[in-house]
Amino acid sequence: MKKLLLILAMLLVTPLAAQDNLPPAPFAYQQLEDPELEAMAQDLMITLRCLKCQSQSIADSDAPMAGDMRHQVRTRIAAGEEPEAIREWLIQRYGDYVSYQPRVKASTWPLFAIPALLVLGAILVLRGRLRKAK
Amino acid sequence: MIAEFGLAALWLAAALAGLQLVAGFMGMRDEDEVLARLARPAALVQALLCGLAFLTLLWLFARTDLSVALVANNSHSEKPMIFKLAGAWGNHEGSMLLWVTVMAVAGGLIALVERRLPERTMLATLGAQAFVGLGFYAFLLFSSNPFERLNPAPGEGNGLNPLLQDIGLAFHPPTLYFGYVGLSVAFSFVVGALLTRQVTPEFARVMRPWILGAWVFLTIGITAGSYWAYYELGWGGWWFWDPVENASLMPWLAATALLHSASVLASRDALRAWTVMLGVIGFSMSMVGTFLVRSGILTSVHAFAVDPERGSFILALLAINIGGALVLFITRASTVAEGERFSILSREGALVVNNVALSAVLGIVLLGTLYPLLTEAFDVRVSVGPPYFNPVSAIFVLPMLVVLAVGPLLRWRKDSFARIRMPVFALGIIGLLVLAGVLLTSTIDILPLLGLVLAAVVMVGSFLPLRGRSLRRLPLAVWGMVIAHFGAGVTLFGMASDTAFQQERLVAANAGDVVEVGPWQAVLEGVIPVAGPNWNAMEAQLPLTYDGSEAGEARPQARSFWSPPQETSEIALVTRWNGQLYVGVGNQTEDGRWQLRLWWKPFVTFIWYGGLLIALGGVLALLGRLSVDVRRRVAVRKIADRKEDEAAFVQEAGA
Repeated sequence: MKKLLLILAMLLVTPLAAQDNLPPAPFAYQQLEDPELEAMAQDLMITLRCLKCQSQSIADSDAPMAGDMRHQVRTRIAAGEEPEAIREWLIQRYGDYVSYQPRVKASTWPLFAIPALLVLGAILVLRGRLRKAK
Repeated sequence: MIAEFGLAALWLAAALAGLQLVAGFMGMRDEDEVLARLARPAALVQALLCGLAFLTLLWLFARTDLSVALVANNSHSEKPMIFKLAGAWGNHEGSMLLWVTVMAVAGGLIALVERRLPERTMLATLGAQAFVGLGFYAFLLFSSNPFERLNPAPGEGNGLNPLLQDIGLAFHPPTLYFGYVGLSVAFSFVVGALLTRQVTPEFARVMRPWILGAWVFLTIGITAGSYWAYYELGWGGWWFWDPVENASLMPWLAATALLHSASVLASRDALRAWTVMLGVIGFSMSMVGTFLVRSGILTSVHAFAVDPERGSFILALLAINIGGALVLFITRASTVAEGERFSILSREGALVVNNVALSAVLGIVLLGTLYPLLTEAFDVRVSVGPPYFNPVSAIFVLPMLVVLAVGPLLRWRKDSFARIRMPVFALGIIGLLVLAGVLLTSTIDILPLLGLVLAAVVMVGSFLPLRGRSLRRLPLAVWGMVIAHFGAGVTLFGMASDTAFQQERLVAANAGDVVEVGPWQAVLEGVIPVAGPNWNAMEAQLPLTYDGSEAGEARPQARSFWSPPQETSEIALVTRWNGQLYVGVGNQTEDGRWQLRLWWKPFVTFIWYGGLLIALGGVLALLGRLSVDVRRRVAVRKIADRKEDEAAFVQEAGA
């Protein structure tokens, strides 16, 4: 049983390993000529998660997959796509997990509601202190 | 036999913690004086036994006793001695033993020297300390025994991973643990004060050195961790809002808030409930941090669910300690009489802003760290990263920094704006000048822009409290405050400057090619193979010029380790007073060129200089407080001696 699992696991791993052996895509390690476009790409890349790393953006990683994603981002920016459209495309492909910038939706609203409550709470506490002093 | 000796010492220490618990809490209720007298000695002996158990573990690692499972799994006879010893706490069981040991030694120290508080409060504190300690003893003895034997003993150990033989990696975790444990002591004082209804300025003064100590260790730990990530990960980032980083940041935020509110309580007898609450939160965050790092939940929520023993244990301890403390707080909060009042325009008012802001940031970091784990449990994966943490925490951090620059100028209790009008205008003008200067010379994002402005304001503002005071007679603690605040400005300046002005060049270069980044010019002279003790590397040689004049050489390497096989990038750093050049070399492209990555990071080093300044400020404040305490003790003893002498003299005269 264990051997079978091992073989299955290896079958699963092979395509990935093969992918890792390919040379990196051209724009994985190369910047765009136009500094403005490159800055735009950079701003987007630091907000995209490297799916194979621990808490690194694709702009911070040596992982081949991060390199491929950088290539995608740079070529699409160069082709004139809007950064948010590229983010959208990546999210459709890899899920919300790929974007470090959570959007307000059914599964994420507490991330925005709680800070708003914190702001309110902070104001109330400070106002309370102010009034007491009088 | 040695391992069994260690285990026996650990069991005995646990038993003494039990005795300390009973003696402390019974003594507190004035039920049993004989028992009460046992609490302090029990704490002392417990510290000795626990220390002995830890020394035993060190000894086992030094001898590489492979019949002990922990040694066999984490050590190797060929390791250098320093890494053999560091291996003792570089794993789950050993690090928990270190935690318990530091905690027991801290308890012993309190029992030995602390005599300022009412004895009942001290007994309750020692009881609370023993209660927290017992939970960790149980954790060690029942689910993480470091002295477990392995039979048959293997011929050689498993722990020769050269990547883990890093001096920074060896001392980083204990630094954070010292911080965590310091907060556990503050927690015990809080519980003791609540139980005996003695939330007094004296209580804050007694607790303060422990908070300061914990805070210094946490500051150093975070600063070092950030620099380590910066040079090790190879892409120039210094903070990733990684859950492991957040696990150390959250206790630091709580400790910073606690430090400030405790100083209000100590000087002005105000903010009693706040201080108590923050004491509870501080230790909660330490336990949350330990839970995050130790339970394996970060690798995957599902992996944690498969083997939840350790994580559940820590979670249970967390629930018992914190839940208990919160219930105690709620039931006693009403009896903690409201402290002294103050106007919002006062030192206390400024510190309230500091407390509220730090607590809110803490809430945001906690939310952003735990929320993805929570949704992952329901198979919804979301990422919360820098684009969330940076702006959301800035909502609170930016106003707090404004208050930081002005607050120390204010008087206690009540002040008038007219008195501080001049320095506030001066700071405002400095801020506007920086704002105008930056806006005229460059276009940068709003957050780094505000960061630069506030950094200047904070750096100048931090020295204003020295105005009109005799520098030679200034208490050490005030120096500590000034330097720590200045350090905060320095760190902020480094962060903002690097974010706003860093320049990046990624190129594929042939030998002889010139790469320019910012004021730097690098020539790729060649790439040569280099061999190390357990790795091969390709080393790029790049002579450098800065603004046209020669500026040394960068030699980054792409290393391949062979056991275990792993590729790492050893970046080259060239440090100048105004920043760092960060150079990495990658793979060779198909046409024979080399991937080079260069960053010019203006003033990035100030991030860590600032961190060290903050820690230095903490150390000065700690020394200041302790020396005042020692002087007072000496004075008290002298007075007592003199009284005795006088009494004796009077008696003699009478006779």
